[in-house]
Amino acid sequence: MQYMALIYGDPSVEPAYGTPEFETMMQGYAAFSEMLKAANAYVSGEGLQGVETATSVRVRGGKVETMDGPFAETKEQLGGYYILDVPDLDTALRYAAMIPSATYGTVEVRPVMDYS
Amino acid sequence: MHSAAPDPQTVSRAIDALARTDRGRLLSALIARLKNFQLAEDALQDALASAVVHWGRTGVPASPQGWLLKVALRKAIDLLRKDAREDRKTVEIARLSVDEAHENATDDIPDERLRLIFTCCHPALESKTQVALTLRTLGGLSTPEVASAFLDNETTMGQRLSRARAKILAAGIPYAVPGPEAWAERLQSVLTVVYLIFNQGYSCAVGDRVRQLGEEAIYLGRMLDSLRPGEAEIEGLLALMLITEARRAARLDADGTSIPIASQDRKLWNDGRIADGLSLLDRAMARRAAGPFQIKAAIAALHVQSEPPDWRQIVLLYDSLLRMEPTPVVQLNRAVALAEAGAPEAGLRALETLVPVLDAYQPFHAAHAELLSRCGRAGAALAAYDRAIDLASNPSDAVFLRHRRAQAAENA
Repeated sequence: MQYMALIYGDPSVEPAYGTPEFETMMQGYAAFSEMLKAANAYVSGEGLQGVETATSVRVRGGKVETMDGPFAETKEQLGGYYILDVPDLDTALRYAAMIPSATYGTVEVRPVMDYS
Repeated sequence: MHSAAPDPQTVSRAIDALARTDRGRLLSALIARLKNFQLAEDALQDALASAVVHWGRTGVPASPQGWLLKVALRKAIDLLRKDAREDRKTVEIARLSVDEAHENATDDIPDERLRLIFTCCHPALESKTQVALTLRTLGGLSTPEVASAFLDNETTMGQRLSRARAKILAAGIPYAVPGPEAWAERLQSVLTVVYLIFNQGYSCAVGDRVRQLGEEAIYLGRMLDSLRPGEAEIEGLLALMLITEARRAARLDADGTSIPIASQDRKLWNDGRIADGLSLLDRAMARRAAGPFQIKAAIAALHVQSEPPDWRQIVLLYDSLLRMEPTPVVQLNRAVALAEAGAPEAGLRALETLVPVLDAYQPFHAAHAELLSRCGRAGAALAAYDRAIDLASNPSDAVFLRHRRAQAAENA
């Protein structure tokens, strides 16, 4: 089964860019991705730029409305994701708990819709 | 047991008994094959309905469980066919049919209930859902019975159960006994669910339904002990429940007022159950794998073994428990034990540090009132009794607290 691990965090709590803690976190991410690949559990994964760079659009009455900012203003923001391919939820949760940001924020795990 | 004209009452009693006692086992075997909780549930329901018709004509078959399993698998195929719009499902039908061909109608059904209870008590389900699903699936309670245990309406409870079964399938919650790396933690969540069922039966209103929940929890505890023998924490929980349940007949007086353990009529205690509980606890402790349920059982044991109980020993046990479960409720119990062990002022001081966290917890105010009154602070004690009475969730506690308040007012 495929699962998406959505990584949420409060930027003010996470290590700041340029600090040694930030370096440790990034090394943690690199090691985690490598481990997933070695276990054949990795499908994809990316980090996102901050919500200050977000733009939201919706179409209403055939008109495109464009808005500055994220879909929802929350303290914890979506900061990145992994798509995992693993046998069950227990395995997905075990990996999700190893994501470095799980220590600072929250990782939401959702099964990916299967259209086959 | 084939007879020309089966007695309809015998048949319906046999079906009721099967639905009650073998439901968990049959469901566990069905889910193992069908990999789909809701489908298994629906198929078993259909098979039971079929049994009413067929057994009514031909009598109860020689192997009723085997018959039900076989028919349920056939019903599952019917259900899938009705819903077959996709290739994947067709494949599933074929696979089931093959399985079914190998099926012999015997009672030798593999017991998958351990897998089933770990699925029902999976941490990805809300705590209340875990309890409800366990009662419905392994306890053999009907949905209305589960609803009434929670004082919920039947529709709401039915929806909760359906959502849970759907999530188990959609989210890929495994149908498996956890491996050694997760065993201890997952076992604690299963035991916690069983203990919540027990407490639901112990603390809420009076009546048969509630008594039934206490027995239900003990049944589940015995089931776990037989499926996984030699597990100290399972034995500890079972001992705790047996020792506590043994005092049921002495817990309330004639007008339904709670009686504290020190004033209970010991002749009303069920000595057989206490003896069972104590020997289970000994067995558990001999395994040298301490855990919170064994400690709670040891505390319950001290309470029934002598009057007054050995409070110093109880304080030490609470100290050990606090290391595993550093919760305010354990701290509260420790403070009370400390006061009983001859240090009321120290107990009161320890208890008063908990005001910010336990302000909405009735037993906190009841204990606070007792200790205040014992330390000679009558005015504050009366105020604490009032707060406890306001928060009391059942009439027997409220009556008891009013009674204590009246005594404290007299002594003031």
